[in-house]
Formats: sequence, structure tokens, C-alpha cells
Amino acid sequence: MSQGLGLDKLDQRGAATEATEPPGATPAPSGSRKPGGDVRETLYFALRNPKVVIGSVVVLAFLLLGLLGPLFLKFAPMDYAGPPMAPPSADFPFGTTTFGQDVFAQFVAGLRSTFLVGLLGGGVAAVIGMAIGFVAGYRGGLIDELLNMLTNVVLVIPGFVVLIIINAYLGVRSVPMQALYIGVFSWPWVARAVRAQTLSLRSRDFIDLARLSGVGVGTILRREVAPNMYSYLFMTFVLLFGGSILTAASLDFIGLGPTNAMSLGLMMNQAVQWSALHLGLWWWFIPPGLGITLIVGSLYIMNVGLDEVFNPKLREM
Amino acid sequence: MSLSVTDLRVHYRTLRGDVKALDGVTFEVADGEIMGIAGESGCGKTTLGKALIRLDTRMKHAGGTVALDGEKLPIADDGAMRRHRYREVSLIPQYAMSAMNPTRKIGRMIRDLLAAHNVRYTDVLPELERRLELVGLDAEVLKRYPIELSGGMKQRVVLVLSTLLNPSLLIGDEVTSALDVSSQKAVARALVEFRDHGFVRSMIVITHDISVLFQVADTILVMYAGHLAEKAPARTIIDEPLHPYTKMLIGALPKVGDRYEEQQLEGIEGRPPSLLDPPAGCRFRARCPLAHDKCAEAPPFREVAEGHQVACWAVS
Amino acid sequence: MRGYLARKTVIYGLTFVVAVTLNWLIPRLMPGDPVQRMVARAAVQHPETIAAMTAYYEQTFGLDLPLWQQYLNYWAALFRGDLGTSVWLFPAPVAQVVLDAVPYTLGIMIPAILLSFVVGNSVGAMAARSRWLDNVALPVGYLITAMPYMWLAILLAWGFGVALGWFPVAGGYDFGMVPQWSWAFAGDLLQHWVLPFLSLFLVSLGGWAIGMRNLIIYELESDYANYLSALGAPKRLVRQYAFRNAMLPQITGLALQLGTILGGALVTEIVFAYPGLGKLVLSAIQNQDFFLLQGTLLFVVIGVLLANFVIDIVYVLVDPRTRTGLTGATA
Repeated sequence: MSQGLGLDKLDQRGAATEATEPPGATPAPSGSRKPGGDVRETLYFALRNPKVVIGSVVVLAFLLLGLLGPLFLKFAPMDYAGPPMAPPSADFPFGTTTFGQDVFAQFVAGLRSTFLVGLLGGGVAAVIGMAIGFVAGYRGGLIDELLNMLTNVVLVIPGFVVLIIINAYLGVRSVPMQALYIGVFSWPWVARAVRAQTLSLRSRDFIDLARLSGVGVGTILRREVAPNMYSYLFMTFVLLFGGSILTAASLDFIGLGPTNAMSLGLMMNQAVQWSALHLGLWWWFIPPGLGITLIVGSLYIMNVGLDEVFNPKLREM
Repeated sequence: MSLSVTDLRVHYRTLRGDVKALDGVTFEVADGEIMGIAGESGCGKTTLGKALIRLDTRMKHAGGTVALDGEKLPIADDGAMRRHRYREVSLIPQYAMSAMNPTRKIGRMIRDLLAAHNVRYTDVLPELERRLELVGLDAEVLKRYPIELSGGMKQRVVLVLSTLLNPSLLIGDEVTSALDVSSQKAVARALVEFRDHGFVRSMIVITHDISVLFQVADTILVMYAGHLAEKAPARTIIDEPLHPYTKMLIGALPKVGDRYEEQQLEGIEGRPPSLLDPPAGCRFRARCPLAHDKCAEAPPFREVAEGHQVACWAVS
Repeated sequence: MRGYLARKTVIYGLTFVVAVTLNWLIPRLMPGDPVQRMVARAAVQHPETIAAMTAYYEQTFGLDLPLWQQYLNYWAALFRGDLGTSVWLFPAPVAQVVLDAVPYTLGIMIPAILLSFVVGNSVGAMAARSRWLDNVALPVGYLITAMPYMWLAILLAWGFGVALGWFPVAGGYDFGMVPQWSWAFAGDLLQHWVLPFLSLFLVSLGGWAIGMRNLIIYELESDYANYLSALGAPKRLVRQYAFRNAMLPQITGLALQLGTILGGALVTEIVFAYPGLGKLVLSAIQNQDFFLLQGTLLFVVIGVLLANFVIDIVYVLVDPRTRTGLTGATA
């Protein structure tokens, strides 16, 4: 349901990518992998992929600004700090609002909400989706049918609409609650993808071996299935992170944002509401949107890079 | 002489360096010969098959030549090679089950492919139907989508399609691996028949399953770690193998129809060397019970009897 | 095919029931007496309105009835097309208010969706072919996709509307005009339509282009593409097949993205004060008009489900794999 990249693209790809190792490249025979070596190798290639590096640098820069920025600010986001409608200056790097609030202070506070929503929303969706996808793919049968049905229903419901209703009636107005609800409606992609992966992995030998040796389902999932999917799950999480941020921005913009915190969407809401467009106060509405675009865009570009890192086939091209 | 391969070297580019999947192989395939290639996973047999028709994006031609009917094939040049594909060299791929576009009717796909080779579908249609019948298929399959066919049917359609323009050389990569035993037999028989009818001049059949080679191949080439080990008529390879690796491969061969795919050969200790930086000398040295000092030097692939070549110092 | 459509119908039916149930349930989860709360929260002064509202809420909520009966009554009213009365535009029925707004929303959504789908897929297919274009199109595509809908709308309104003055930035038509069948009015409508449409179109564009590019690259790696190439098929034919097959997941993607695009349309309308459903949602929230809000959103849900169903039928027509159930596949 989240705006932005349809996770179906990943869904399509991931399920079918089965890299054919060149003969003799790895003398090791059947499916055993050494996780330690993998992690180091992955990191090695990740640090040499410009997309990953640039993407993560931008995201981390904004994160640091959000985390450390408030320590250096003289004003709280809602304080009437200076002259109204002042363009950017040394005192107010992003200018002030019609009420004389410091746009930079609002921006920094908004960044915090943005990251919180992304982290929590993406996290909740990832956890629910993984749990449902794992169980559906691993257990199969009736449980799979039912979970699949549930997944499809949530997938088709316009989640944004339900979020509007929930926020409007229940007055969910804190950032974590907003993130929670966003997560509850964006897990189906994860579930579908994880289910498909689990199905394809389930049929491989090493799972059978583990099952024959009498290990419990949970242990098999944790030890055998999950490690094979880490890369995939991480990329899914990155996309969900970006999607949650965009959804939250839309909700905030409609006026269903947090009442006790500042957010980038809320800044745009206020800018439009108080005629920033007509008054030409560009410094009020450009930074919040640009911030979101850069953060989410960098996440996406980072993801393309990660795809190349995790999937050697793409790396070569 | 149909096919002649000289000192062919093909490498896989990987980030850890070049994997020398084919490290100097020289052999010939005569007119009308069906040559089987056997060896463990990663010995280079699939690479060899691909090198003769289409290198994939990660493969690099590192040296050597391939000549078909006296004409040199530009195997490193994808564009120039296109002219030779299908009409002269053709392929039955490992993945015959998914080789056809799932969203096109089979007849339509064949029509499109032929048009690309400036052949009119209607001109070939009678022959196409005759050959489909020969492998036990109704011409009605042309109106179907691939998903509507069983695995064995798809395999046979691919066989007919791949040989429709009577190529000089057909490469069959794991032609029967995905099939049940009875379909395997039918396809193996069809391969030989197609050669006998002159639909294809000569064939290279690559497989994990040596028992298939006994059914179809005239000669068998045994490969090990990017090198050739032995080539001889099929009977000779079974009855009087000379190379210690061939002996073990035959000895380790389980009952007919069993495959040793990813498993290591029982009875042969150890595993093939990494081809990233292969050791000098005989590649089988580390696993060979007959290894001695001389083996530090690579043995030549030389003829020891009429049509029987071996690369081993222990064979005099 | 019948099996495929039947399965889809079940899912849509179930989704509809779930959506309606959520719509019914959520207001009942409000703490306290919902009728009093809503009347109190509604910023309405006229006593007659308040009285009518209270009566209406009590009748509709029927709080003295057992829950299951409240639930059934809700469904019954729904099937009569009775979505309640708007508080904000009292005494206009919600269904009427919504129907008046729908053409505006569809007017920007449908062209934006279709055009972005066609253009995006073409650009994506071209990008998969040219390294140069790929290097430009890909990052730009990702950045566009990462833009919040309303931000692009704000930028367009500011740039083309306020700064350059080329297009009006508020409303569906000039306030001075009366809706009528005339060229002048049509021209005015069109002028107001350009920016909201453009905004929605642009944001949707990137996603389709990226999706198509990735799918084509994936298709070009697939077995049938390799086989065709090995048999000497020219790149053109292989690409043609790849494009055709890559369209299929894109069509499914279109169905699944509808809800998202609709959300985008809602916020875009809000930026431009465009008189569609988005503006209704905003007004309903600002005026605490819950009937209008619920009615609008229910309408939206039904629209999305119907559109999904239509796309599914199209999909069956273009993908033979969904039809094979009929012919009894394996032989």
C-alpha cells in the first residue's frame, strides 16, 4: 500500500533468481555455506559499490542531523523565534514561517519523526510479513491457504484509506502509533516474497536433512531458511522503510499527523495551509519535501546497489 | 571431418579472478559421430557446450580455435556467430522444460524464429509436422502453449525445433536429466534416429548420466577439471578404460538411471582442484592412486590406439 | 480461467466485507459515547442541525440494539445506497456529495494512470536497451518515485502557478464561472486540470519505468531468451518477447498500485484545492463530518476493488497461463 516502489518488482525477481555458479569457482560441493565468510565478502563488495556507498552516506547524514541537530539549536520547533517570513539567513539557515518559527528547527525535529516512522513502520511490516510468510511457506496445506487468503485481502484493501479512517476516529496522533498502523497494512508484500522463498528453499536437501535429524520447525527456520534469506529480507526492509516514510508524509499532510511532534509532512501541511505558496516562502516547503525525497531516493538507490552486491549475476553486467 | 577444436580456452570472469573452466582442449568430432562428454559437475563440459554455440555474458574466449566443416567459427564475436547458429550449430539446452516462451503458442514461436532466419514457416511446415510425428507428437501441439505440454513432450518439441534446419552440429546438454526413465529412453532413441535420418550431421551429448551415453554415444570424451582425460569409442570406455579417473568414474557408476549429480563420486576420494588457480601438472594427481613424480608435469593427450586418446603418464 | 476468476472474486468479495466491517467497527472503538462525542466535535452551531445529527447518529448507530443487529442494519443501509447525511453540507445526502466529486478525481486519475503506464513502460524498455539512457533514467526514476505526491504538487503549483502564472493553482474551475456546457468553461476546466494531472502523472511515471527496466533485464536472462539467442534469433525478437512477458507482471502491478495511486490523487487534490474526493476527505476531517468521511472512503474502496477486478479480466485475456485450467493441462 505504501507509495513508491512496488515491492512486487522484488517479489518477481527474488523468487526466480537462481544464480548458476561457474564450474569450479567454488570447490565446495553441496549447499553448505559459511555465514562468516559470506558476511565479510558481502561487506567487501558493498563498500566498493558506489550506489550503496552514496545511498548510505546520504541517509546517514540526514540521520546524524536528526539525532545531533537539536543539541545545537537555540529554538524549539514551535517557538516564535524571530521575525515572520524571513528568508534564509545566518541566524535562520532555512528562514522562518509566517509566525516566525525557525524552519530549520522544524526540519531537524521532522527528520527524527521521519526516521522513527520508517524504522518502526518498516520493522512492524517486516516482522508480521516474515512470520506469516515463513509459516505459510513452511507448513503449507490449509494453513498456507488461509494465510494466503489473508495476505491477498490485506494486499487489495486500499490501506491508505483505512489508515485515514483509523487516524480520524481513533485520533492516533503519536508517531509510534502512526508507524504501527502503517506497518499493519504494508506487510503483505513481505509475506508473499518470504513465502515464495521459503517454498523454494524448503524443497532443498539441507532442509530435509535437518528435518530428518529431528530438529524443531523453529530451529530449522532460524538456522537453515533465514540465513539464506537475510540479503533478501534486508532489501525488503529498506523498501518498506521508504514506503512507510512516504505514507506517513501523506497522512501528516492531510492533517492526520502527530499532534505532539513535528514531522516533515506536517511542515508541508502547515506551509500550504498558511499560503506559503502564494507568499513565495519557498524555504518553508522545499526543505521538508526535499529531505524526504533524498532520504527515500537514497534508500532505493542503495537497494539497487545491494541487489548487485547480493546477486553476483547482476554485478557482472 | 565435421568439428575440430584446437587448444580451446574459455574462462569465467568472477570477482575473485578468472576461473579457467576450459584450459586447453583439443579434439575432433567426425561426420555422423555422436560424441558423449562425461565428467563431474564443474569439469567444464557445460562450458564446452556453451563455447561452441554461445558464450554467456560472463564467459571469455581466452584462446584456441573451433572449426566446423573447415570454416573457423567466430565464437568470441556474438554478432558474427549469429549467422552460424541454428543453421550450422544448434542446441538442445539443459533447460528444455522452460526453453519456450510461456506466453506464445509453440507454432507462433517457431514462425517468429524462422522468419528471423529468412525461412518461410509455410515452406517448412510439412517437414515440421513429419518430424513431430516421428517423435510421436501430433501437429496439434503447434497450436498449444508450452505449459499445456508434459515434460517429455516439451523435450521432444525442442528436439524437433532445434534440428529443423538440419544443422551440422547439435549440442545436447543434459537432454534427458529432467525426464523419467521411459521418456529418457524415447528421447535417446530419437536422438540416434535423427542422426540416422541425416537431420543432424554430428552431435555432442553432455550429461551427468553415463548410462545415457551408453545408449546414444559412439564415442565418449571424459573431462576432468577443465582438461581432457580420455576419449575412445563408447565400448572401449566401458570395457577397457585406461585413465585412472575414467576407471573410477565407470567403477563408481551405480545402477542404470542413477545419477551422481551433486554428490561426490563414492570411491573417489577428495574433490577436483579449484580452477581459479589450478595446480600445474596432472589435475587428477591429488586424487589419483597411481600418482608419481612425473605427474607434476601435465601429461599430453595422445593417441594410444586407433581412436583412443588418453592423458596419463601411467598409460604407456 | 473460470477457476482463476472465481478465486479472485472470492478474494475481492472477502476484501469488500472486511473493508465494510472495518468501516463499521472502527467508529465503535471510539472511547465514550460516540454520538455525543461526534456531535460535540462537529463544529456546528445551528440547533436544528445538532438535533438532526443526534437523531441521525442514534438511529444509524442504533446503540440500544444488539451488536449483530447494528451490523446488519449497516449493511442494509449500504445496499439501499444510503451513506447518511453530510453534516458539513447539511442536509445534502453523502451519496450525492460523493457522486458530485467523483468525476473530478477520475478525470485526473484515469489519464494519469494510463498515460504514466504507457510512457513509463516505454521508457523502461528503452532504458533496458541503452546503457547511457539507463544511467540517466534510473537515478532520475528512483528520485521521482521517492518524491512525496504532495511535494511534487506543491512544486508544480509554486513554479507553474504562482511564479510563472501559466496555470491556476486552486479549484476545479474559476470561482467566477458557473458550470455549463460551453467552450469557455471547458477551456477553464482544462486549465485547472493540467497541474493536478501532471503532478500525479509524473510521480507514477518513475515506478513503471524502473519496474519495466528491471523486469526486462530479468526476462532477458531467462531460459527462453537464452534458447532463442542460441538459435540465432536477433536481439530485436528476443527483446520483443521479453517486453511482452514483462508487461504481464506490470499489469498485475497496476492493479495492486491502484490504492496507492488513489492515495496520491487524494493528497494532490488537496494541494490544488481540486474539488474531487481528496478535497472531500480533507473537508470532512476538518469539519469532523464522519458520515461524509466514511461514505467517501467506502466509495473509494469499492472503486479500487472494481478496478482491480477489471484489470484481472484483462490479465486473463493476455496471459495464456491463467487459461490453461480450462484445457486440462498435462498430457
